[in-house]
Amino acid sequence: MTPPPKPTSSFPWLILPPAGVLIVLFGVPLLLVLAVSFASRGTYGGVEWALTFANYTSIADPLYLRIFWRSLWLAVATTAICLVMGFPLAYVIARAPKRWQGLLLFLVIIPFWTNFLVRTYAWMFILRTEGLLNQALLSAGLIHEPLNILFTDWAVLIGLVYGYLPFMVLPLYAALERLDRSLVEAAWDLYARPVQVFTKVVLPLSRPGVIAGCVLVFIPSLGAYVTPDLLGGARTMMVGNLIQHQYLVVRDWPFGSALSFVLMAGVLAAVLYYLRAGGARSLT
Amino acid sequence: MFAVLAACSPGGSEQGKAKPVTLHLFTWSDYTEETVVRQFEERFGIKVVTDTFGSNEELLAKLQGGAAGYDVIVPSDYMVSILIKQKLLAELDQAKIPNLAHVYKHLKGLYYDPKNTYSVPYLWGTTGIGYNADLVSPPPDSWQVLWDKRYKGKISLLNDEREVFGMALRAAGESLNAAEPAKLASAKARLMAQKALVKTYTSENYDQLLVSGEVALAHGWSGTIMRAAAERPSIKYVVPKEGGTIWQDNLCVLKTSTHRDEAMMFINFLLEPQVAALITTKVKYASASEEARLLVPKEIAQNPSIYPPETVLSRLEWIKDVGEAIKAYDRAWTELKVK
Repeated sequence: MTPPPKPTSSFPWLILPPAGVLIVLFGVPLLLVLAVSFASRGTYGGVEWALTFANYTSIADPLYLRIFWRSLWLAVATTAICLVMGFPLAYVIARAPKRWQGLLLFLVIIPFWTNFLVRTYAWMFILRTEGLLNQALLSAGLIHEPLNILFTDWAVLIGLVYGYLPFMVLPLYAALERLDRSLVEAAWDLYARPVQVFTKVVLPLSRPGVIAGCVLVFIPSLGAYVTPDLLGGARTMMVGNLIQHQYLVVRDWPFGSALSFVLMAGVLAAVLYYLRAGGARSLT
Repeated sequence: MFAVLAACSPGGSEQGKAKPVTLHLFTWSDYTEETVVRQFEERFGIKVVTDTFGSNEELLAKLQGGAAGYDVIVPSDYMVSILIKQKLLAELDQAKIPNLAHVYKHLKGLYYDPKNTYSVPYLWGTTGIGYNADLVSPPPDSWQVLWDKRYKGKISLLNDEREVFGMALRAAGESLNAAEPAKLASAKARLMAQKALVKTYTSENYDQLLVSGEVALAHGWSGTIMRAAAERPSIKYVVPKEGGTIWQDNLCVLKTSTHRDEAMMFINFLLEPQVAALITTKVKYASASEEARLLVPKEIAQNPSIYPPETVLSRLEWIKDVGEAIKAYDRAWTELKVK
């Protein structure tokens, strides 16, 4: 690490505006949600200020635990698939001639130009029974009956991988681009097999990128809400949908707030554990 | 926002010149005819911003969440009674809504607002089954078809707790307002068993699912299914013999509205026979305005799926507020959706 430039004043004034924004727009609402999570719901909804822990104890219901479990494995699967798909892509981009790299990265972020909701709707048209995917597979003779993908877990998984792949590719690219080529060449010179070059040289050196990419993909997929709602057909929920359902359908804000806090605590614990176990060394 | 900008523009503060007002309309998705809104904006110099919701419960949740800033909302019957109890609605000045005179007598003063103090009838319809006659035979006449294993994965249900439980309750010969725990539990059990056959729960795009052939049977609202039928003639609508829901959507003004007069002008405008006819022609739901029925095309005015005959009306039931039992409904709906 290079030493920071000499501070002009002992107090970091520049930190104040972002810290203020964070406290007002993030800290205060978070405290409100925390307070509501200990309240009770009224008959038609709304919040009644009768202190209770019931909202937290009722999360232990197997009904809700199953949703947390489902969200967890969908998020883990999404992260794993993004990693497997994103790594070669990032590697190719990082190894491409310099003049191509800008264009290739540009292609990775082009989807962000369109609203996520619109892109998710587009997937509905691709995946449905008479959609593009089935038409293509049918006319190629690969299948004889249209696949039933839309409104299944597969559709949700496809949507999540599609949505979050760029978040995996960008940090991986950043790590791979800095990777010292001479180390890879040295491995070849020392008769390492291709697998060994990858596992002993490339992968360890790109570890900060892998960790950053996994965290960036895992967290939003765990709380995903639009994708399971539209591509899953509102048939099954992820925890994000369960929270939305509490707020906007059954009007049980206190329970929705408790769910939000449990989710946040879970994510925080998982990420801290992951960073400690997996990569604190390589991040420092 | 618009009002603020307009107020800053030169001339906006001139004496005697009315400041441009922006009305915020909160309504069902796919429910407003854009050209009608344009007409209103041009005639009265009032801008209308539309926002949409997908169920009465979502409307209530957003209003409770302090979604202030809306002026005109479009709740259904039972939600009007809840909103009145919650003291969220403003009293209307009927003198400012002369077109109320065109509303059918039997649609005025319904159980939820006996004197139309807070609500003006707007559009009404029924809940039944839309089906694709190319894929479904014989033509269904009972809710039981939605439990028919032959149509596994070809069924869509409304994403609406009262409608879905109402359907299951009526299918078992019960009232769709049943609040007894045992009846609710048995309805839930039947819905759980049905879930394996259901492709999706949606209140918003099932007309497209029917048209594209994605589903063969859709639990849905009359007008939306008639719009699908207009695109694909093999799509038909039936109110099952066990009976279904009759509902009426209403125009209300929120107590928090700062533009109540303009809001009532807008409500009155929507009930103008010409305007109401245009809306019904487009959205294919029956207008509460008696005059409007004389102005819509014959194929709509005489369409039994849009204006149901007495034989159908007699087996329909209104959804009513179930009071405390709403918590049991909410819980059962969550369990069904989570499964």
